[in-house]
Amino acid sequence: MSLHAYALTAPLQDALRPAGIQAVHLGNLWNLTLGLCGLVFAAVLGACLYALWRAPRGDAGTAPDLRSLAQPERRVWRAIAWATAASTLGLLGLLAADVWTSRALARLPLADAVNIELTGHQWWWEARYLDADPAREFMTANELHIPVGRPVLVTLRADDVIHTLWIPNLQGKKDMIPGRTATITLRADRAGSYRGQCAEFCGVEHALMALLVEAEPNAAYEAWAARQREAAPAPRDALAQRGRAVFVNGNCARCHTVAGTDAQGRMGPDLSHLASRRTIGAGMFPNKRGHLAGWIADPQSLKPGVYMPPNALAPDDLQALLAYLETLK
Amino acid sequence: MTVLDTAKGSWPERGDAFTLEQTWSDPPGLLGWFSAVNHKTIAVRFMVTTFIFFLLGGLLALAIRLQLALPNGKVLGPDLYNQVFTMHGSTMMFLFAVPVMQAVATYLVPLMIGARSVAFPRMNAFAWWIFTMGGAMLYLAFFLDIGPDAGWFAYVPLAGPDYSPGKRVDFWAQMITFTELSGLMEAIVLITTILKMRAPGMTLNRMPLFVWTILVTNVMVLFAMPAVMLASTALITDRLVDTQFYNPAKGGDALLWQHLFWFFGHPEVYMIFIPPLGFMSSIIATFSRRPVVGYAAMVLALIGTAFLAFGLWVHHMFATNLPELGKAFFTAASLMIAIPTSVQIFCWISTLWTGRIDFKTPLLFVLAFFVILLLGGLTGLMLASVPLDYQLHDTYFVVAHLHYVLLGGAVFPLFGAFYYWFPKFTGRLLGERLGRWNFWLFFIGFNLAFFPMHVLGLQGMPRRVYTYPAEMDWADLNLLATAGALTIGLSVLLFVVNVVRSLRHGAAAGDNPWGAGTLEWSVSSPPPMANFERVPVVHGRFPLWQDAAQPAHVTGLASGYREVLITSVADAKLDHRLWLPGSTPWPFLAAVATTILFVGSIFTPWAVVWGAVPVAIATTAWFWPKREMTGRRVDSELLP
Repeated sequence: MSLHAYALTAPLQDALRPAGIQAVHLGNLWNLTLGLCGLVFAAVLGACLYALWRAPRGDAGTAPDLRSLAQPERRVWRAIAWATAASTLGLLGLLAADVWTSRALARLPLADAVNIELTGHQWWWEARYLDADPAREFMTANELHIPVGRPVLVTLRADDVIHTLWIPNLQGKKDMIPGRTATITLRADRAGSYRGQCAEFCGVEHALMALLVEAEPNAAYEAWAARQREAAPAPRDALAQRGRAVFVNGNCARCHTVAGTDAQGRMGPDLSHLASRRTIGAGMFPNKRGHLAGWIADPQSLKPGVYMPPNALAPDDLQALLAYLETLK
Repeated sequence: MTVLDTAKGSWPERGDAFTLEQTWSDPPGLLGWFSAVNHKTIAVRFMVTTFIFFLLGGLLALAIRLQLALPNGKVLGPDLYNQVFTMHGSTMMFLFAVPVMQAVATYLVPLMIGARSVAFPRMNAFAWWIFTMGGAMLYLAFFLDIGPDAGWFAYVPLAGPDYSPGKRVDFWAQMITFTELSGLMEAIVLITTILKMRAPGMTLNRMPLFVWTILVTNVMVLFAMPAVMLASTALITDRLVDTQFYNPAKGGDALLWQHLFWFFGHPEVYMIFIPPLGFMSSIIATFSRRPVVGYAAMVLALIGTAFLAFGLWVHHMFATNLPELGKAFFTAASLMIAIPTSVQIFCWISTLWTGRIDFKTPLLFVLAFFVILLLGGLTGLMLASVPLDYQLHDTYFVVAHLHYVLLGGAVFPLFGAFYYWFPKFTGRLLGERLGRWNFWLFFIGFNLAFFPMHVLGLQGMPRRVYTYPAEMDWADLNLLATAGALTIGLSVLLFVVNVVRSLRHGAAAGDNPWGAGTLEWSVSSPPPMANFERVPVVHGRFPLWQDAAQPAHVTGLASGYREVLITSVADAKLDHRLWLPGSTPWPFLAAVATTILFVGSIFTPWAVVWGAVPVAIATTAWFWPKREMTGRRVDSELLP
């Protein structure tokens, strides 16, 4: 699929439209639970309304009925006992379904899994695609690509505060807790573009911390991964070369990495293939020249509180920098 | 003056009633206002204070809803929004929901059990003062733009020194210290009152169900609140004196906070929810003209709920990497707690089924429980499931769930309780017409506001976001929710109008406007300062419904001193007489001293040292015996 085609479809973020086996398990459990709880709701509310409808009316002057203090109301007690027994049975049923689903989630076969280490930062996602051969590892940020039909094992870390990974169409949540490592497994079974969002309140820009997951056929994924492993080609035209100088010698390189250059900062997202990504600002703004220019000049106006400082570049420098960034495919 | 009510022909002589009224009254004037210890005076102040916090928390909720009404909202920026939602949650949980139940209880419990006061009346006054000062401190900080912004749950490391520099979270943590201190003291007051000050004959088996709920709740307070006080104190020391309890880089643990917080936080839900079960039982009994079905089952269900409530906290932490097998136990416990609640719901429905129903406003509010709490309970079963929680946790589904539980389970019954006991508090009935408008607007507004949030959560909207993009298709339901919130606001406004109007123009209530059966309705409305001119002897669960038996009253209690009867725990047999201390400003002054210590310690740890001196002086003066009183007490013991 081309980037153009992606841009036409809004990414999905919806637990009720599962696109992977784990989310399907969760969706089935949801349907079962919703059905059972719906029945209970109808039954109890129905009994309550019927009681209100059938009972005779009284007022403050009506003599209280004290017979129950003297003799036990066996018929009433029996009804309550049956209702309680039925509730207990329903709860046991739910418990069994819950445990069964947990087991199903844990049993996703992981042979030939894609291994990703995902680290949460205030307020962006750092991804490292792991490989047995360290030379084949690569970094990216805020956008994951995964192959359809292959399992993905995501190792979760956090660098500062607690974040939570949640891609509802593919899988439920898992916390990313500083000092602890967690893993989550998922598999996309339908190609598409899925949106995830940080689900644990993580500070001032918690709302603007999204993650894009592109599930694509294995061949497309492998092609993408191959491109990510290589440094973007050195710019040829003079403008972009000047832009690279602005990047490497200026503020940018203090926090950002571009593979194959001297820019090796680790504070902010890896930008080696920035131009191949759909969004900037952690899934918040389209990766278009105008947005990028605005982001570089004054990130605070787009995402107040973000750690990236404003950059008062000369207009020529800014244009050169943008031209360079656009070569990072 | 209520004590002159001639309808109470059973009173032997006016002189005695006057003496009693004088004895139990707080002194007049400004100093008297600061010296008040009568439980009804303090309880009314406490209720009014918590209601003001409810209104403030409600206004914050409206601000949240206005911000989220449309995508990319610009009403509040992210920084202010985070303060506002933190303040909303903290206010509703710590400054309204738990204390309002204790406030109502300190008014009603002595009247329901035939006592002239709560135990430890000075501590009761201190608890209100310290609560008020803590709440005032929090709002002062908020108005100065140093309001907490790390959520009402203040998860570390976000709330820790590295990621929340400045004083904002310190004010939150000290507010916890204030309110928990107050809550623990009220728990001691209420438990002691209930166990040791019941009128003779009111065995545990004859206690009104409301009193049972208060007893159970406050025992829970004793076990739950120390956990959060410990947690917030460790947070403060991490922030102020560089301890490392929660810092994983130095061997601390971020999850420790969550365990301690939820070990308190989950029982807290039940501390909010159980007293309203008592409102339910009181109101349903009165308005279906019969005792609630299954007294023993109700009591056992309450106790069962209280025990299980301490075994569920991990269901707030299912998304962490705790062991899966362990989580399954917490699923089982979370599902199990539905059983005692179901038993109570079935008992109430049976009561309505077999009763004769009087549809008054208090009953309407209580009946809303069967829709709203029921739905909230069922979504609770969904959240109890580990796998479902993976999808639902930290989304708007949870926001919907908790409001269904807390408003349906606590606020609706609480409003019902206000309509029910307002005549006892004030001597006047609340307007029935406005009451119905109040109810229906609240009910409809509530469902408009919160039902759509279930769907929003499933559609992927996380909690605690200050905005959302237009592409997410969440706009329509959010707008609907905002419309619902405004409807609730209108309904609460009508309630305030109703209260203000009824205070002046409401119909006179008389002693027992609803024809209820428990002891609080045997005294005039509002009750005399001493509650009971003659302390009753109790022969059944519904003294006003059941035939009178002899002896009807206790005689021989002094009316010139604040003398109360102490009875045995289980059977309420006469034990001894006790003189309660009189009115004094020292609880107020001790609260001021404690406030200086607590607030000072936000700015310097040395405040704990020098701040202890005025606290010690104030508490010593508080307990300083008066030679004259001691002498009289000795005399009274020699000559009974």
